[in-house]
Amino acid sequence: MAKESTFKNMTITLLTITLLSSASLGIVYSLTEEPINEAKNAKVNDAVSKVLPEFDNMPTSQKFEREVDGGKITFYPATKGGKPVGTAIQTFTKNGFGGQIDLMVGFLPNSTIHAIEVIEHKETPGLGDKMERGKSKFSVQFQGKNPSEFKLSVRKDGGNVDAITASTISSRAYCEAVQRAYDAFITEGDIK
Amino acid sequence: MNQLTNFTKGFVKENPVFVLLLGMCPTLGTTTSAINGLGMGLATTFVLVMGNVVISLVKNIIPAKVRIPSYIVIIASFVTMVDLSMEGFLPALHAQLGLFIPLIVVNCIVLGRAEAFASKNTVAASFVDGLGMGLGFAFALTLLGAAREILGSGKVFGMVLFPDKYAMLIFVLAPGAFIALGYLTAVMNRLAKKSK
Amino acid sequence: MEYVLIIISAVFVNNIVLAQFLGICPFLGVSNKIETALGMGGAVTFVMTIAAIVTYLIMYFVLIPLNIGYMQTVAYILIIAALVQMVEIILKKVSPSLYQALGVFLPLITTNCAILGVAILLVQKEFNLLESVVFAISNAIGFALALVIFAGIRESLDLVDLPKGMKGAPIALVTAGILALAFMGFAGIV
Repeated sequence: MAKESTFKNMTITLLTITLLSSASLGIVYSLTEEPINEAKNAKVNDAVSKVLPEFDNMPTSQKFEREVDGGKITFYPATKGGKPVGTAIQTFTKNGFGGQIDLMVGFLPNSTIHAIEVIEHKETPGLGDKMERGKSKFSVQFQGKNPSEFKLSVRKDGGNVDAITASTISSRAYCEAVQRAYDAFITEGDIK
Repeated sequence: MNQLTNFTKGFVKENPVFVLLLGMCPTLGTTTSAINGLGMGLATTFVLVMGNVVISLVKNIIPAKVRIPSYIVIIASFVTMVDLSMEGFLPALHAQLGLFIPLIVVNCIVLGRAEAFASKNTVAASFVDGLGMGLGFAFALTLLGAAREILGSGKVFGMVLFPDKYAMLIFVLAPGAFIALGYLTAVMNRLAKKSK
Repeated sequence: MEYVLIIISAVFVNNIVLAQFLGICPFLGVSNKIETALGMGGAVTFVMTIAAIVTYLIMYFVLIPLNIGYMQTVAYILIIAALVQMVEIILKKVSPSLYQALGVFLPLITTNCAILGVAILLVQKEFNLLESVVFAISNAIGFALALVIFAGIRESLDLVDLPKGMKGAPIALVTAGILALAFMGFAGIV
């Protein structure tokens, strides 16, 4: 039969259980910390190689960050044979329809956009999620464009970008993130 | 009841989703595809089995008044283990299931079985009960996930069955989840009645 | 402006029940009558708001500084369970009739995924304390709204002739789906 519910018994039981719980979770946490970090890195590495031309360095080991607009912009410089081939910039926007969107924008040294990859988003399937590369031509229209001439806002707002049908908010947020990346790229100047 | 009945009751007679109407939130929220439903079902099964076993083991040491908080901590610990493990070893599935993984702790099935069964039965029986209920849950979720995936995108388990321009997108969205589950429940219950 | 966006988004566009699938069990279980729906909505608003504040404080002032963020699930659910106990005790004293009406559903607020869900979400969305409170109250209002509308529909559904297999849960679910469809229309506002 269950133990008597005296105050002492109850407190000891709860304390023991909580301690055992924290201890076992601590162990599981330390066991999974490595795999979790590796999984996160793999995602980033994958995105970097998708948005830049061929490189032979390790952009993630040369990355640096800047605090911009209350968030983090991360620069991943890529070189081939010692010469810079471009910089992948991890950018964000908090104004997506479903919340934060993280993009990886690949810039060539002359600030032309090589390609853009979506790292994470919470947009609506069938609508905003068309920003993903395989799902529509939306992200393709940025390739080879230079933001110094190509206005990074949707046509509705006077820009050059064709928005995703019925997903103006997602499209606007995407443009905002790309603009943020471009501004950071220009501010940073010459990336060695 | 013998262990075979104990195991199979979770599939049809006492199916947590179609009959007991428990665990509705993850049922609707993670069944955008068959794989997601299956993944969620198996994660929940793990928590159910481990939770049932541990609770059955300690049922005599825990004072009655702190039963529920103790069970909750035990269940929450296993949920966190599943959460961390999936984040490290199955990151894509973890990202798809998102918020619903930690929500396994409030899945009425888990606490319900702990309270109704594990706290009063042997470890072996609790193990079987947890496994049966969990797999029955996984079965329901995979079924609904497959139905929604096929109707909504023309695929099942990622394999294309027909081009998605013939699919009805609504089924992978919120309203479709409710509607699909409603009709599926009606069908399943009809089948259950017939087989009696 | 930001706050208006949070409110409209939480109540209508990303309605906690009809779009995020949280709080379905009480949604299907307590929505037979409009009065019980209102009572449940009120209780959930109270618990959700306080839970949001307490879990926020614990997360940012205890768990993260001590580097035990992974204890979030355990800590949060314990806090919520304790809060619901408190509400039960208070309700018994202050309004015994409401306490009776809610019956077994009151302790079930603990397992209401909406409460735990909102607590986790506001950390994910990186809201500050005030934004979190607004977010919590708005979601609770959205929950109550969905519940009350649904209760109204269900009261009429009871009087309708249905095929036997569809009675009860199936027709309730299909109706909820149509309601969710209606709420999808709000997506254009923000």
